[in-house]
Amino acid sequence: MSAEARALPGRANVVIIGAGIVGNSLVHHLARLGTSELVLIDKGPLPNPGGSTGHASNFIFPVDHSREMTDLTLESVRQYRELGVFTECGGIEVARTPERMAELTRRVASAKSWGVEPVALLTPAQVRALVPYIDESVILGGFHTPGAGVVDSLQAGTLMREAAQSAGALTVSPNTEVLAIDVEGGRVRRVRTTRGDVEAERIVICCGVWSPRIARMAGACIPLTPAVHQMIDIGPVPRFATSVGVEFPIVRDMDTNMYERQEGGSLEIGSYAHRPILHDPDEIPSIEESASSPTELPFTQADFEPQLEHALELMPEIVGDESVGVKYAINGLLSLTADGLPLLGETPEVRGLWSAAAVWIKEGPGVGKTVAELMVEGSSEIDVHGADIARMHDQQRSRSHVRARAAEGFNKMYGIVHPAEQWESDRNVRLSPFHARERELGAVFYEVGGWERPHWYGSNAALLEEFGERVSTRESEWESRWWSPIINAEHLALRERAAMVDLSAFAIFDITGPGALEVVQGLALRQMDVAVGRAVYTPLLTHAGCFRSDLTIMRLDEQLFRVVTGAAHGMADRKWFCDHLPADGSAQLHDQTSAWCTLGIWGPRARDILQSASGDDLSHEGFPFARARTIELGSLPVLASRISYVGDLGWELYVPIEQGARLWDIVAEAGAPHGVIAAGIGVYGTTGRLEKCYRAFGFELDGEHDVVEAGMASAKLKDEAFVGRQAHLRHREEEPAAILCTLTVDDHTSASGVKRYMLGNEPILTRDGAALLDRKGRRSFVTSAGAGPSIGRHILMSYMPPEHAVAGAQLAVEYMGERYPCTVAVVGSTPLFDPDNTRIRS
Amino acid sequence: MNILVAVKRVPMTGGRIVLRDDRQEIDTRHLGFTISPHEECAAEEAVRLIEAHGGSSTVLTLGPPEAEEQLRDALAVGVDRALHLVSDGEEWDPQATAAAIVAAIAAERDAGTRYDLILFGNESADAANFQVAMRVAAALALPCVSGVKAISLDGGRIRCEQEVGGGRDVYELELPAVVAVKEGLNLPRYPSVPGRLRAKRKPLEASSPQRPGARLRKLELALPPGSGKQARILGSGADAAGAVVEVLAELGLL
Repeated sequence: MSAEARALPGRANVVIIGAGIVGNSLVHHLARLGTSELVLIDKGPLPNPGGSTGHASNFIFPVDHSREMTDLTLESVRQYRELGVFTECGGIEVARTPERMAELTRRVASAKSWGVEPVALLTPAQVRALVPYIDESVILGGFHTPGAGVVDSLQAGTLMREAAQSAGALTVSPNTEVLAIDVEGGRVRRVRTTRGDVEAERIVICCGVWSPRIARMAGACIPLTPAVHQMIDIGPVPRFATSVGVEFPIVRDMDTNMYERQEGGSLEIGSYAHRPILHDPDEIPSIEESASSPTELPFTQADFEPQLEHALELMPEIVGDESVGVKYAINGLLSLTADGLPLLGETPEVRGLWSAAAVWIKEGPGVGKTVAELMVEGSSEIDVHGADIARMHDQQRSRSHVRARAAEGFNKMYGIVHPAEQWESDRNVRLSPFHARERELGAVFYEVGGWERPHWYGSNAALLEEFGERVSTRESEWESRWWSPIINAEHLALRERAAMVDLSAFAIFDITGPGALEVVQGLALRQMDVAVGRAVYTPLLTHAGCFRSDLTIMRLDEQLFRVVTGAAHGMADRKWFCDHLPADGSAQLHDQTSAWCTLGIWGPRARDILQSASGDDLSHEGFPFARARTIELGSLPVLASRISYVGDLGWELYVPIEQGARLWDIVAEAGAPHGVIAAGIGVYGTTGRLEKCYRAFGFELDGEHDVVEAGMASAKLKDEAFVGRQAHLRHREEEPAAILCTLTVDDHTSASGVKRYMLGNEPILTRDGAALLDRKGRRSFVTSAGAGPSIGRHILMSYMPPEHAVAGAQLAVEYMGERYPCTVAVVGSTPLFDPDNTRIRS
Repeated sequence: MNILVAVKRVPMTGGRIVLRDDRQEIDTRHLGFTISPHEECAAEEAVRLIEAHGGSSTVLTLGPPEAEEQLRDALAVGVDRALHLVSDGEEWDPQATAAAIVAAIAAERDAGTRYDLILFGNESADAANFQVAMRVAAALALPCVSGVKAISLDGGRIRCEQEVGGGRDVYELELPAVVAVKEGLNLPRYPSVPGRLRAKRKPLEASSPQRPGARLRKLELALPPGSGKQARILGSGADAAGAVVEVLAELGLL
């Protein structure tokens, strides 16, 4: 009897739906980690069930500006090589414009930061030497990655699937359609298929463009959209008449959003330049109805025509050859998400329902390994918090939002995207109650988690004059993009007087009930069994003792803990807490994000300002640091929490959202005689934070660095158990492999005489240009960069190997193709500004 | 010489054909469109004849505005100009189609272009009425051969090989003439990229004939049993070898 006709087992440990590159690598890695009784099903036949893997262009450029994506890609390349399906042919990103040449120097920097080497910038003649059919007069140069290559993803999938089968861990069932996913009590129970039902505690959806459909069967959401990527194949090319396989480097014509690559006697031309063509997962034709495969849709010639002209310009010898025909042309479907990152991990809606979707060939096996580790071990070697499916806020899962952002992001695929670049579509979704006031003040809004937050205020331009030369400006257009010197002026006004900061985007959850303490205690690194009225800043750790999050928890009552965390990571934090609620119902989580707004006020005058509007004792003795309690401000009861992320005296003020405007007015009025200003997140998130060497999750703090390395281990560790404790105890005994340091830039002057300011992610090198590697093989790179207006220096943070983590060490930072001298200013967490913390604690 | 090729925009099927609920049309939501395969060969033949003998080729279609895509496809492989009889998107019956084409040819003649050879596909891939070429020939009082699988030109005469059971009939006609060809006449070339780009710039003349009242009425479409892709899995790995041998034997390949 053939494998296809065999009935499915009635029970499985894990059911994996989708036998593309992701599902196949996932079963392999689950089996490798010791999970047996796996069932892999697909609606289509094997080895090519008809999803995006089957028509993928299959080439891999390892370098991406995202470290997470680069790590996943490098791991995937390692696996493809091991499977013998990787052909290394190199790849060249060519530039047609000076802006692109500058961007290519950023690619070199990212390559060095993420450890992808060798890479090199090439002259047009050097490009032509490698790609003799290119017209070098069209380009200004290229970025060469010799390690780029082409894979056979179908063969890779087959090999991995067969490995799991021969280990006796896997039953494979092609031509099997999922009819339903049963959920009971918020958990998956079984998959119903055309070949019978399978009970399982865990189900993984690896269904590419169909994932949203399958997730919906379980009442969950996988927010992606199928989108068209056009490609054509032209041949036979006389120059390639004797070519076998892949012999020439892949060329990415970045400025036209296109690529060209030789394979056999043909040249494949692909494009991300055409209008975004989005599809609906429910509208994809069935396998039977499809002319070729469900994800190879009819080519729409008109969309591709401008691209033909561009290809002709770059490779006239081949593309202009009358004897070379367009043999094959498709609108291939692939998956896009709202923020361009995959959707990995357990869905927040349904326990046991996992997603491994919106994954491309270049990261497939890396994702398979990472998701398998998360499922089996609870944490993964590569930190994929950026791709955590739980990151999405509710409104970010809507079809309209996903389509709007996917459409906007599509043409940025090869774009020059500034690190601070903001989305234009679907804005003004979540507005704080201060919004109207902020608009009056000329706020420039940046978005996080759907919230609009002022980044700086146009009305503060007057401060530029007030602070004169103390406000550093930026000469280069690139660094002044998405930036304003007003940020630095607002910073100085905060340090000298006081500033109000809208923090309403905070995600806020109350953990309540008799079991509440146990929940927070079991997750927080710091002691949570504190007196009512204490506010505790604490990291949350992964099982491996690295960072899961960092946030603030206020104990407002014996059985009430209020968790306050950032909007960017707030939803993932919520899931982490929910996952650890006791089964007996003795603790609950209530999401209060939309109930409370937050206004911060910091600066030497903060106390005077609030005291002038309050009858409560706000003196240092009356309201010490790290305390939270309700005070009266004007007629409002306000929850005030005396903590600071900017390093100055002050409070976070919480009121119900409908009272927010009043709160703003009270503070603004009381502050007016003291010269209070409104300051944006540019101060709160960057300048104020960096002067104090405060770490930020997703920058310094991540799942690949531990507490000791981050310089955040306390002298005494609490006795109570918490997630990551064992690993943390081990880390406390070890010499750290790297130490987080703060550096300052000694000279900003570029070769052309223009002062340049790093923005983050640049490699830290020796003065001779050698990379710094710690004993775990991690490179030193800039985790955060920004101005320190009060200290008059540009500040960089970076993990350094111990031998370089020495105050005064002379190093260099590479930026836009040049090296700038920098010096280690602080090792560990001592602030650059006000190192004794007298301001906060006065 | 001047050659006119008439083509039709038809859905590009491959998988199971799906009808719309009213069974009046094929559901083409997921389908691309193409020139009927016989007509693709006709266009290729026109290009080859002009390449060999000089002159000009023209492609004509009666079809919706979107049929411009098929005209450009023909221009991309080397046809020189295009005439678009823009229809209302409804299916025209063979009499109406032939009448519109005859009128277009008359208009061309009035404008100074006389066609020496008018090529059709033997039948359209979708409606397959097998009539338009004959009706046009009759209306223009021109000789006509259908089912043609080979063409050669010798001065003012054209030699056509017609496929018949067990062999081929050979006809020689005086030009001007109408010929309806079949797939296999030649192997159409793929368009080159320069061809594609030239096609964008080639002249396309549009007119909008009025559809006369239909004299044929479509009741409904029905799918023949067993249509569409028929895939049978013979087994996997070495176990499948026996079944594969059987199939090859059935097909007479062993």
